[in-house]
Amino acid sequence: MPPRSARCCLSSGARKEKGEAMSDIKKRPSVKSIETKHMEERAELFRALKSLDRRSFVKVAAAAFGAAAATGVTPHSFQPVRVAYGQGAPAGAKREGFHFAYISDSHLYDRTVNDRFVNALMRAVDDINSMDPQPDFVFYGGDLAQLGQPKELELGAQILKNVKAPMHFMVGEHDWYLDMGEKWRELFGKPMYSFDHKGAHCVVLNSVVEKDFWTARKMSPMDRMKTVAGLDNGWQSSFTVGDEGRKWLDEDLKKVPATTPLIVFSHSPLYKLYKPWNFWTDDAEQVQAILKRFQNVVVFHGHTHQLLTNRIGNIHFHGFLSTAWPWPYAPQGLPEMTIQMGRPDPFDPQDGCGDGSAMIHPDGLADKVYNLWNRNPVTISRTYMTSRGAGEKPANPNLKSY
Amino acid sequence: MTTTLVTRCLLGAALALAACAGSARTDRPTLTPVPPPPPSSPESGEARPPSPKMPSAEGIDVLLCDGKTQVNVPQGTPGTSIAGALMTEWLRKNPNSSWEAEERERHTLQPAADNTAIVGQVSGHSYGKITQQDVALWKSETERVATAGSRVFHNGDELGSTIGVSCDMCHPHAANTHPETYPKFQAQLGRVALLRDMINWCIEHPVRGKALSADDPRMRAMEAYILAQRKGKVLEYGKH
Repeated sequence: MPPRSARCCLSSGARKEKGEAMSDIKKRPSVKSIETKHMEERAELFRALKSLDRRSFVKVAAAAFGAAAATGVTPHSFQPVRVAYGQGAPAGAKREGFHFAYISDSHLYDRTVNDRFVNALMRAVDDINSMDPQPDFVFYGGDLAQLGQPKELELGAQILKNVKAPMHFMVGEHDWYLDMGEKWRELFGKPMYSFDHKGAHCVVLNSVVEKDFWTARKMSPMDRMKTVAGLDNGWQSSFTVGDEGRKWLDEDLKKVPATTPLIVFSHSPLYKLYKPWNFWTDDAEQVQAILKRFQNVVVFHGHTHQLLTNRIGNIHFHGFLSTAWPWPYAPQGLPEMTIQMGRPDPFDPQDGCGDGSAMIHPDGLADKVYNLWNRNPVTISRTYMTSRGAGEKPANPNLKSY
Repeated sequence: MTTTLVTRCLLGAALALAACAGSARTDRPTLTPVPPPPPSSPESGEARPPSPKMPSAEGIDVLLCDGKTQVNVPQGTPGTSIAGALMTEWLRKNPNSSWEAEERERHTLQPAADNTAIVGQVSGHSYGKITQQDVALWKSETERVATAGSRVFHNGDELGSTIGVSCDMCHPHAANTHPETYPKFQAQLGRVALLRDMINWCIEHPVRGKALSADDPRMRAMEAYILAQRKGKVLEYGKH
């Protein structure tokens, strides 16, 4: 223990002189490493859980969650996760909550061109792999590549093979517009699919379908790719799910009862925020209409590289962070529910970037964790969402964007 | 008898200027602040363009002032037709010559202030009477500088990035550049920074390129673009 060894080093004279200081040292708690603290907290929690009835269990769960959120414990810590599983499940229902992690918008160039984005993705993989307990699955939110090149996509796939938990992939516009998704499909399969997980129905959309702007301009595939890759490039069209996509979605959801928790993944936000940057889905209203009959719908989206929260009726929307760079907030159209992330510091290379996770409760609602690298994580809880911002409001940023 | 005619400015100043000032290089057009290279005259002792090819049997080879663009026309072809043929040939070889219009279309440039309200006013001996043509010229020339800046801003190669990063990747439409807050004490640098200092900081760090000199046409153009995009914002130098 450091205080004791420090005492041994003092000469007897010095010991007398420092008598007062030494008593201070004695009073101080012993210094524990993060790992020790982690293991102790963990043991304490499981001990407490064993001796609880259901009501106190919920209390402890909430307290643990609150404490974690307040002290900025990273999502590697276990408190916010398991404990919530006991909450709110209707008697007889087989549903249980679950926990997934996400990585998104890595915008990889080939390693020889740019190592920074590659390192950032590897940091995210390390983050997720060190989560305890491990998430049920890891979701990749799209824009794995910067210019859709086979080398970029292969590099991303290779790095993400190191993720221990099972992975699901979604496509982004940067992955698609060089070869219209050929390489991406070869590596990751269909761009639209659904799966059931612990009582929830999960749908993955391709929401980056743009109408043809390239043929008339006689663009090469790379010109087309670079045009789409420019967020503020006005030559491209707006994102859509498209007729085909909406038809598929409608079909897929036909067999799903309205009480089933519905989780939707889309690369673009499934609403209309700011058209010039494609923070926008042009057929958002039509997609929302398909989702309307469900009791609880949570949409997770990439593309916006920032803390972004919205609610439209029964649909809650959460953005993903990027591992590569943060986007500024759009000059107009920001949803009221959004708590902005503080202004990223350009002198801190990965500030405003990160990864994160979400706890899906048995009722289908989500606690969304933004794991901002170099900052405290921010949790947007389901209470914040259901109370329309009245409860569990995260702290406002100290420096808003200009 | 066939003759080879090397045109210097024989086809008229308008044509020569259009070709030389507009965009002489395909990959990297001359930025507006740089004056066009003066058309060389036979009297000036500067290097001649490569000597024209052998006279062709059918007509006259006419060489444009760029020393590269050449057309063959029958003898007796009127000058206007020769000019047209040369221009067509030049445009064919320079497909990006309309880059200014394209740049404006792609990246939604903010228009410069409209000065039509002062048309007809007399402004001392500097301007004489301000005409419609004056204000149109002021506007278009000002916007050209900003347009050139937009091009650099949106192009990692133009910027000299070694890692494929351009300004718009963090600052779409120059958002979050807040030029209206400069000069200000930049806490991270420990000194007062001008907008151009921050541009250079970004070029050296996230972009991983080489800092530009203050009078580099790319720097001047980018400053113009960034300021143009913040049109209407209140100037609040020193604001954090």
